[in-house]
Amino acid sequence: MTDIGSDGEMVGPVAAEPGFSDFVQLLKPRVMSLVVFTALAGMIAAPVHLPPVAFFTAILFIALGAGASGALNMWWDADIDALMKRTARRPIPAGMILPGEALGFGMALSVGSVIMLWLATNWVAAALLAFTIFFYVVVYSMGLKRLTPQNIVIGGAAGAFPPMVGWAAMTGSVSLEAFLMFAVIFMWTPPHFWALALFMKEDYSNAGVPMLTVTHGRKSTRRHVLVYTLLLVPVALALAFTPVGGPVYLTAAVVMNAGFVWGAWRIVTRDEAMAEADRYKVEKKVFSFSLLYLFVLFGAILVEAGLHSFGYGAL
Amino acid sequence: MALRAEHEIYRRRFSRNVGVGVVLGAFVLLSFLLTVEKVTHGDPMHAIKGEGAVNPDGTPIAAQPLVKDTN
Repeated sequence: MTDIGSDGEMVGPVAAEPGFSDFVQLLKPRVMSLVVFTALAGMIAAPVHLPPVAFFTAILFIALGAGASGALNMWWDADIDALMKRTARRPIPAGMILPGEALGFGMALSVGSVIMLWLATNWVAAALLAFTIFFYVVVYSMGLKRLTPQNIVIGGAAGAFPPMVGWAAMTGSVSLEAFLMFAVIFMWTPPHFWALALFMKEDYSNAGVPMLTVTHGRKSTRRHVLVYTLLLVPVALALAFTPVGGPVYLTAAVVMNAGFVWGAWRIVTRDEAMAEADRYKVEKKVFSFSLLYLFVLFGAILVEAGLHSFGYGAL
Repeated sequence: MALRAEHEIYRRRFSRNVGVGVVLGAFVLLSFLLTVEKVTHGDPMHAIKGEGAVNPDGTPIAAQPLVKDTN
């Protein structure tokens, strides 16, 4: 960090100057895009409407709230981020932003996002957003992540809240549809991250993060991927029979779940020698497919919402 | 006496300062638009409860029942 003294000269250690884009990186923009998409699905699927500016404000501050929790996560995890290849170029380990700056930025943005969501919509949505930030930063990052291999299972709830927050922003309450949208992402998170952990194998062990691959071995992780993918199927299908579902969503859910289960089955029937031989080709494919899975399912919810507005859809 | 050249830190921080300026400007504009929308559309929950609503002269408006008593 650099600054100018009263005599106009530079004071303090000369370091790289953080640019605007470094603060944007602190918000984990890729995660934010997923949050925006799922929250948008929750908002558009809701049976009520908001005026356009309030709608835009709600989605913006849900995204910024998620970004704030990302900044606070980077502040807390800066030590292990520096040890992992995947995260070593993040702004704090790269020396672009000081940990204290990230903490201040994340805290200010967290409080601001919650207040703005409250003002634009209602206190239920704001309280859910505040709880999401608390859950991701305190429960997951500070608590579970370094303590238990179940970190992803329980911590996955943090990433699952956005559609519920979006639904609450529109309706002022939480219903079965919102809960099932939450449950889909909650059940999707473990197989998604365990597929990643299988081919990013050095990272988590180097950083001492007790991922399932480190604590229970890779064979056990492969079995876990299949079991959690199978548990995801009924949750994803159940959403088709709620008012936000319909034939388009049901078709998408059947096809995508079949693909995900098939991928998980291929993972469980392989061993490390086979995976090493083709450089984790199947694991990487399943990881990519899991991203497509979520995109297609929540995209189908948006399509159903469009159809419902014209009087079509619903089973 | 010659004027002091601008310190290079201002050039280095230019993009960040512009970014912060744009974000603050956008926030002010959003707050304004949200306020206009709230005023013109009204807050339905607020209207139902009738709490805190005032006449133009500042006197409080009593909460109105949702359904008129037809008896």
